[in-house]
Amino acid sequence: MVGKILKRLYIILMFLFLYAPIIVLIIFSFNESKSRGTWSGFTLKWYIELFRDAEVLKALYYTVIIALSASIISTIIGTFAAIGIYDMCGINKKIVLNLNYLPVINPDIVTAVSLMTLFRFLRLEFGFVTMLLSHITFCIPYVILSVLPKLQQMNKHLAEAAMDLGATPMYAMKKVVIPEIIPGIITGALMAFTLSIDDFVISFFNKGAGITNLSITIFSMARRGINPVINALSTLMFTGLLILLLVINKRSTKNLNKEVKLYEK
Amino acid sequence: MNKTYIIELENISKEYDGIRVLDNINLYIKRNEFLTLLGPSGCGKTTTLRIIGGFEQPTEGKIIFEGKDITEVPPYKRQINTVFQRYALFPHMNVFENIAFGLNIKKVSQKEINSKVKEILRLVNLQSFENRSIESLSGGQQQRVAIARALVNEPEVLLLDEPLGALDLKLRKEMQIELKNMQKRVGITFIYVTHDQEEALTMSDSIVVMDKGVVQQIGTPVDIYNEPKNRFVAQFIGDSNIINGIMLEDFKVEFAGKVFDCVDKGFDKNESVEVVIRPEDLEITIQEKGQLKGIVTSITFKGVHYEMIVNDGTIDWKIHSTIMKSVGTKIGMIVAPENIHVMKKVTRE
Amino acid sequence: MKMKWTSYPYLLWIIIFILVPLVLVLLYAITATEEHISNLEFTLDNFNRFLDPKYFDVLWVSVKLALQSTVMTLILGYPIAILIAKEKPSKRNILISLFIIPMWMNFLLRTYAWLTLLGKNGIINFIISQLGFGPLDLLYNDGAVLLGMVYNFLPFMILPIYSVLVKIDNSLMESAEDLGANKFQVFTKITLPLSIPGIITGITMVFMPAVSTFVISRLLGGGQYMLIGNLVEQQFLWVGDWHFGSAISIIMMIFILLTMAITAKFDTQKKGSRGLW
Repeated sequence: MVGKILKRLYIILMFLFLYAPIIVLIIFSFNESKSRGTWSGFTLKWYIELFRDAEVLKALYYTVIIALSASIISTIIGTFAAIGIYDMCGINKKIVLNLNYLPVINPDIVTAVSLMTLFRFLRLEFGFVTMLLSHITFCIPYVILSVLPKLQQMNKHLAEAAMDLGATPMYAMKKVVIPEIIPGIITGALMAFTLSIDDFVISFFNKGAGITNLSITIFSMARRGINPVINALSTLMFTGLLILLLVINKRSTKNLNKEVKLYEK
Repeated sequence: MNKTYIIELENISKEYDGIRVLDNINLYIKRNEFLTLLGPSGCGKTTTLRIIGGFEQPTEGKIIFEGKDITEVPPYKRQINTVFQRYALFPHMNVFENIAFGLNIKKVSQKEINSKVKEILRLVNLQSFENRSIESLSGGQQQRVAIARALVNEPEVLLLDEPLGALDLKLRKEMQIELKNMQKRVGITFIYVTHDQEEALTMSDSIVVMDKGVVQQIGTPVDIYNEPKNRFVAQFIGDSNIINGIMLEDFKVEFAGKVFDCVDKGFDKNESVEVVIRPEDLEITIQEKGQLKGIVTSITFKGVHYEMIVNDGTIDWKIHSTIMKSVGTKIGMIVAPENIHVMKKVTRE
Repeated sequence: MKMKWTSYPYLLWIIIFILVPLVLVLLYAITATEEHISNLEFTLDNFNRFLDPKYFDVLWVSVKLALQSTVMTLILGYPIAILIAKEKPSKRNILISLFIIPMWMNFLLRTYAWLTLLGKNGIINFIISQLGFGPLDLLYNDGAVLLGMVYNFLPFMILPIYSVLVKIDNSLMESAEDLGANKFQVFTKITLPLSIPGIITGITMVFMPAVSTFVISRLLGGGQYMLIGNLVEQQFLWVGDWHFGSAISIIMMIFILLTMAITAKFDTQKKGSRGLW
């Protein structure tokens, strides 16, 4: 009994550790004063000011645009790449998979400076394009890593069966393979989106004049003190994601219960 | 163009990374026959089937379909359909959508699709299963859907890759008979792959026994069982006693230290041969009357018969008999000349 | 039937955006002037410069802090992974998502929030002073940076260990108990050895970002605080010495590949010795 209480207490302490900064952020988004140290009364003014703050809105705009485009492009390239890699064999497959791992295992900062070096070498002007290209580069490997297991789980004769019944390779891909691996594609796309939206290091090195994202804005604000408007924005984004998760979770627990029932049959 | 053959394989060889898995296969498949490719796993039977289906390209040789070379034709343009080993039903479609898949591609009208699917579901005994999801079906039902999905396209040839492998024994026996009946009813060629010799003997019009990428023997089930061409076939099909012997002259063979009359001829004088005697062809008698004499060393009850091992001093003979002799009994054995089967000795590496 | 070609666009992408950049960084690291590609001057000076105690200290502090945070996340995270893995499926899914959710808030902002918690007038100092002790300097030192690392990377340790633990067949533990092992023996003989792949993944997932970070050290260590990541940032963005910066990046990469090789070897060794028992 004592053991059980201790276990509970430990988990609660850990949650406290992880959530303390988030709680502080949310509380201070309602703080009257701009100072981050002291509480001086409840207000909603930062939530109103948020929609007038051009700097923050612009950063938000670029963050979302880049995350959307990077996740869509990397999902398309990555899905096709995964299908191709799945079809490879032997040493070729090994080489491609290892190269694919490079951006995953390399520290962000190394990926960041190497891309920066490339863009300078190509004399590309730093800005939207360089940022987008670098985001796509670090997103594709994660798409591949989430699509590939779905392909491996798939009955490998499925595409053959479709072709056996008269489907051309493209038709078989569209009607049979893609529907089979769609959960992996969605996971990959979501992963790419969140990675892109949260990225700081790679964007920081490959940004250009006038093009910035939320992380970079926060970093540059950190020295002079962060505008509570950012706290308000983050609170909104965080609760939005939380609601999304609850909806998805409700659906997936329903599916889970269905599966359990099937299994019990 | 040869009218009796629907598919001809000419000198087909297949290599993977320099390893030869099929070696010079020649096969002539008659219209409307039930042909079985039989052999242990890794013998090349599935590769042969996949080459006919178009999923693999042969390294050498060609495939003729109704007189036309189809070696280069992709699978979706062949009038051949396949029932895959694990069925490969599309999990995200229901029974109807699975069966209608091929017809939809051919742009058959919706009305015709409906009636055809209904008809084929009746053929495989799955009436009113149209809207069931694949995961809700049992293994046997999935099997039937897979067959229906292939047959609804009215192929000239149906390929079946160990289709009964995942079913339990009882269901498998039922499906064997059902498949054979189905083949007779639709009147098309079935090419069937299995490693189960009993299944092959039950269902086939002809059997192709394969081993190590080479065709060992082609013939009717009766031929293959009674006249195995070599040691591999004799051992793979049914139980057998295989003994070394010497062919003294036509119709005279010596083995186990005795000379026997037989029905084989055409060997060299005193040629070393192998002799096959099926366990059920050894008849038990009293010791004095036996051509061979020995002591029963073990006995196992097999349901219909007993299996006994009889040692004659040098060789352990396997006998199937409904008469039981207890261990230690001295018995004699007789074998009729037509039940002695003499084979050429093949040196196999 | 062959679908290999669908990966060709990505193969091209790999060459342009992964391989060529790394080659360029290597080229920068082993050259001196950046005049024109035709008169490159090869040199190892950039690497020699790193041997200076001033820079070597930076490497030492980075590795030390990364190791410390790896050990701490392991000590804090392993029990959590076990506790959650033992829960019922429905409950453990919720619990494990609760450890992922914090990562959805921008990590710079979460790290920044620690300034509020740790500051002179912060909540923690408030509690300490209520207990009758003077305010402590909790910010802008090794401890603060370490805390930031543990805070940020703890989920990276919990998740891989957890995902290995939930896959362990429960009957293994039961049969060990059936054979007479007590709870502690079940842990040391069954659970721990089987969870090693997860521990290895966790260690690499924490050590790598910890050793290369420059954000946590900047925010919680203050403007003057130097880790190897800060050094790279400084060389590329402020000093403009891309050659030296590239050399440090290469050293960092080698360091990380070595760590991976060592942990991977440890993993296979374990597997081999398990076979003997």
